[in-house]
Amino acid sequence: MHREAKLGLILLLTPLLLWLVLLIFIPHIDLFLVSMRERVGVGQYDLSFANYLTFFQEPLYLATFLRTAVMSIFATILTLLIGFPVAYYIAKMAKGRTQSALFLLCLVPFWVSELVRTFGWMILLRETGIISNLLQSVGLASGPVEMLYNDAAIMVGLVYTSMLFMVVPLVTTLESLPDEVVEAGYDLGGNGLSVLREIIIPHAMPGIVSGSIVVFMLCLGNYLTPTMLGGKESLWFTELIYSQFIVRFNWELGAAFGFLLLILSSVIVWGMLRLTGQSLEKTMG
Amino acid sequence: MTPDLQCTNLTKQFGDSKAVDNVSFSVPAGSFFSILGPSGCGKTTIMRMIAGFLEPTSGDIQIKGKSVINVPPNKRHVNMVFQHLALFPMMNIADNIGYGLRRAGMHKKDIGFKVDEALERIGLPGIGHRRVDELSGGQKQRVAIARCMVLEPDVLLLDEPLGALDLKLREHMKVELKNLQAAFDTTFVYITHDQSEALVMSDNIAVMNAGRFEQVGSAQDLYYRPDTAFVAGFVGDSNRWSGKVVKQDGGNALVQTTSGLTLRGATHGRTLSEGDTIDAFVRPEAIRIAHNAEDLANFDNQISGTVTSILFNGAASRVMVRDTAGHEEVAVSLPQSGEFANLSKGAPIHIGWASDQANCFAAGAA
Repeated sequence: MHREAKLGLILLLTPLLLWLVLLIFIPHIDLFLVSMRERVGVGQYDLSFANYLTFFQEPLYLATFLRTAVMSIFATILTLLIGFPVAYYIAKMAKGRTQSALFLLCLVPFWVSELVRTFGWMILLRETGIISNLLQSVGLASGPVEMLYNDAAIMVGLVYTSMLFMVVPLVTTLESLPDEVVEAGYDLGGNGLSVLREIIIPHAMPGIVSGSIVVFMLCLGNYLTPTMLGGKESLWFTELIYSQFIVRFNWELGAAFGFLLLILSSVIVWGMLRLTGQSLEKTMG
Repeated sequence: MTPDLQCTNLTKQFGDSKAVDNVSFSVPAGSFFSILGPSGCGKTTIMRMIAGFLEPTSGDIQIKGKSVINVPPNKRHVNMVFQHLALFPMMNIADNIGYGLRRAGMHKKDIGFKVDEALERIGLPGIGHRRVDELSGGQKQRVAIARCMVLEPDVLLLDEPLGALDLKLREHMKVELKNLQAAFDTTFVYITHDQSEALVMSDNIAVMNAGRFEQVGSAQDLYYRPDTAFVAGFVGDSNRWSGKVVKQDGGNALVQTTSGLTLRGATHGRTLSEGDTIDAFVRPEAIRIAHNAEDLANFDNQISGTVTSILFNGAASRVMVRDTAGHEEVAVSLPQSGEFANLSKGAPIHIGWASDQANCFAAGAA
């Protein structure tokens, strides 16, 4: 390689490398080192697995961890089930201006912060909220109904927050499916269900997988929505991490939790890719 | 015998415009029928109505004598080869061909057998495990046809399937398609804007323009005896002149073109009277070219002039000839038998044609 070309390559790569090293590698290595030490005296630390051991010995930690994983998976599936028909309509059935208008409608909620969006849901769902009042005035409820601070509320919030990140990759992959191919599916004797199963879903698989990965990670790492809509008892794993770092000032345990979350999301994403026979290059490329 | 496909007074309206306007035709079993027309003439609309993707506004479509109005596409014994073939990229070749059979609920073992048989028939045995994108354009073409033919449809619809191929392969596939049609012995309905595809392959051709059929007939009919000015202009190349009928007697008309050239033409049964404005069409290949005027003695149109330009294009070479009085420039086919090899620009030349080769149509018809 010529020297100039080499210099150019280095210059082009520098921002990326700086970003990777400063913001990803160094913090994670430091996090890992913090998680691997145990405080034995004032300012004295030993190398040990004690923090990880604490996690496995305390049922609440483990239960919260698993609950977060299961709820995130469930939220991802729910988002996919709602997002797929929406994306199909936008990509294949809506034409021209309707198409862009619908796409914009998906985007509009994201112009305000997640905090504001979640407050919106609180206004709807709380005891003195709009839905509660409506039910009372119609006569379907005799007293105020509290719809906040339960798992369903968390689920609603998570699905709502994640919807765009599912719809966008789905619309992109579905748009690349020629109408002809779908028509050929019908022409050769397929019905709606078999065309969906044999043609549309296999074609949309990269979009489904990449959308699901993004949504799953967003749910798993979400702090705001579970805390605000689920209340104190929401038991989301990120809350545990927050309380270790900020409330209990136990950075060692917090770091260990952070690392466990990283491992969990990696394992689940890997498992999902294996299950669907997709590779990361194929879905992200 | 009931025709495989019969359309009666078929009309399709989109908003204010009629895409297909009162079209009727029937296709006998085992024949190759083409609909030829410029893009936007409504031929794809007809095709999609036959396949079931569009419902006609009015009129009837019968397949093997039974009306298929309100029958969904997956219940019609009609299959379609799409313009871009629409092979399923997520399946291998065998699964593509077997798709329709699987949908029909056929036993797995029989499907395998039928797929192998179909691959044999299209001359591509043993490619069942390959992926769609590993095939060449011509191979994909044949697979797309096989995918329909395993279902033994009453009618196979083909929507300009050769459009995406390069010229050489297209020439080859024309012959191949005709052979496949004979091999499968199925009724083919083929739509195209390419007249050579239609002329080479079809038993019958309908020329379509602005939602209507201008003429239905064999390739020879359309070429030699066009019914309308549109057909005369669209099928093959023509010298086209506007003019007036000066004298009319029987089937012949003496015509003076707007630039003053006088020629004899034929009305072929159309009613034209003296003073009518007309369009006259003469094919370059119907005009004889000669060095001596005596060689043209048996033609009732004879013009002497000079060569204004030579358009060399192999077998389709032309010369442009301007008559001595300088009225018109006439395109004439140049025989490649050698006697005009030394023809050069400005050379004196004589041309002539028989009056029944000059088709006259009332002006304004197209």
